[in-house]
Amino acid sequence: MSTAVKIDGLEHIAAAFRAAGDAGRTALMPYFTLGYPDPETSLDVIEAVAHAGADLIELGVPFSDPLADGPTIQRSTQVALEQGVNVARCLALTGELRARGVAQPLLLMGYYNPILAYGVERFVEEATQAGADGFIVPDLPPEEADALDAACTAQGSALVYLLAPTSTPARIALVAGRTRGFLYLVSLAGVTGARGQLPPDLAAFVARARAAAHTPLAVGFGISTPAQARAVGALADGVIVGSALVDAVTGADDPPGAAADFVAGLWRALERPA
Amino acid sequence: MPALAELEAAYAAMRADAAFQAALDDLMRTYVGRPTPLTHARRLTARLGGAQIYLKREDLAHSGAHKINNALGQALLAQHMGKRRVIAETGAGQHGVATATAAALLGLECVVYMGTVDIARQAPNVLRMKLLGAEVRPVDSGSRTLKDAINEAIRDWVTHVDTTHYLLGSALGPHPYPTMVRDFQSVIGEEARAQITAQAGRLPDMCVACVGGGSNAIGLFHAFREYPGVRLVGVEAGGAGIASGRHAARFADPRLGRPGVLHGTYTYVLQDPDGQIALTHSISAGLDYAAVGPEHAYLRETGRAEYTHADDAQALEAFQLLARTEGILPALESAHAVAEAVRRAPILDPNQIVLVNLSGRGDKDLETVTQALNMQGGVQ
Repeated sequence: MSTAVKIDGLEHIAAAFRAAGDAGRTALMPYFTLGYPDPETSLDVIEAVAHAGADLIELGVPFSDPLADGPTIQRSTQVALEQGVNVARCLALTGELRARGVAQPLLLMGYYNPILAYGVERFVEEATQAGADGFIVPDLPPEEADALDAACTAQGSALVYLLAPTSTPARIALVAGRTRGFLYLVSLAGVTGARGQLPPDLAAFVARARAAAHTPLAVGFGISTPAQARAVGALADGVIVGSALVDAVTGADDPPGAAADFVAGLWRALERPA
Repeated sequence: MPALAELEAAYAAMRADAAFQAALDDLMRTYVGRPTPLTHARRLTARLGGAQIYLKREDLAHSGAHKINNALGQALLAQHMGKRRVIAETGAGQHGVATATAAALLGLECVVYMGTVDIARQAPNVLRMKLLGAEVRPVDSGSRTLKDAINEAIRDWVTHVDTTHYLLGSALGPHPYPTMVRDFQSVIGEEARAQITAQAGRLPDMCVACVGGGSNAIGLFHAFREYPGVRLVGVEAGGAGIASGRHAARFADPRLGRPGVLHGTYTYVLQDPDGQIALTHSISAGLDYAAVGPEHAYLRETGRAEYTHADDAQALEAFQLLARTEGILPALESAHAVAEAVRRAPILDPNQIVLVNLSGRGDKDLETVTQALNMQGGVQ
């Protein structure tokens, strides 16, 4: 850690949302897959993303069967897995990002079985030591998350739950009540991946979540352009962009440069009109 | 999650609905051809020189396997839920064919996801599904088999959840699927228990069934679970042998088979030390899956059922033996159960009974069997 005083993950995340809000901006949260297209390049890309305006960063932990992901992120995690990027390697890469001076809150996003295989408590402890502030596990609903929840509580880390737009009021209340750090609103019924346009009922969904939430709201899935980010930014406290960033990097001559340009474009779009 | 809650509520209502049950029973009788017979395999019994072998003939159910029991039940449920579209995954193609059949019967739109490896080795079933009006979508990710077809089906479901029911084909996945699929398949065991009592005057000493996800096995076992004198034996796919690591025997290989989470189920899963899901292998596409239905993990843990495995070669041998002694070509999946009966019967007494679930017919496997036999010098 480059910071002199260690603060806990929850506080770190809350401060990032607060700082963005104070500056009149919606928080920008890019996602990138650890180890894609190779471990060293992924570090360069994420470092560039950090300098280009990310307020928080999601780090993808590869899994062989990423159910919630569309083709872009599936491919990126497959490439990372082929290079041996397992949980242990992801924790080491997280530590390297801190060593390079990346100061933003870092959230590890990955599926449950690799975490279970690593050991839930050990995973949260070591990830927190490495510099992670929170966790997003899309295939683990709150009802099944007691072990991970307890481990996160012990470390002061965030455990962020996803909320689908098809959720009933009771489900919204349950998930909003359990999430810690922020609430991850899935913009549409479906998997991750760039889409042509935003779902028409997004504003109503965000409003329903807002009424139940005690945390900031971040919206992800399907957001790929500055215009879409701006539209979502008018509704939510945070905007998550993943597949489009992976697409921007894929095949680029200068992956960190391509990532920085893409994220800077999103950042400019998220300034709220005074 | 909201979709699972909706399904759970609809299923609970349907279970208690006499009109729904009557409609399903009627289809089972007049369309599927139930009850399927229980056949005393006399020549096979004589050849093995031990216990009497009886075959529960799910191969004679319409569309050629037990899969239709569950497919029709869920398709009827989908219709009651107002869903006009059903999607399914398939490995061997039997569940895909059953779903396409049920969808055609009830006038539902049908999309079946199938790994490209399985499409290549189960070509007749691909054609059958298309002829039945289903769209077969090839899945080219991961191992390109059943697990990956399930991934794609789940991705489709979360995208079209308003209009679509995911017609999962085995006793797997998140609640309520394992329970619901077992209930729809338990007709196998209920019939078999009545039939063996009528035909042999007693219960069997042993029930044997193959276990991929485990729906035909749980459908047979469920009716016998309260009879402690009946041993329940599940047979996993030993593939190229346990030591090779190329198999689908979740319970047999402690290096790869450990408790884990796949497709919303906590159960035994073949996985590497990092928790990545392992690639599986079996000569039978229907058993080629990395996880086992959670109720089988429970039955094993409590000791109520025991699990063993038969490898590709043993299944192939059993396939031929059954063909020549009884005039029945079993599905390669079911041939694994026959292989276990072949092992067990000779060491049992002739007044004992082994009841084997012949879960499907083997027409779909002729290409695979021909290739495998050609490698051994051809059909003799």
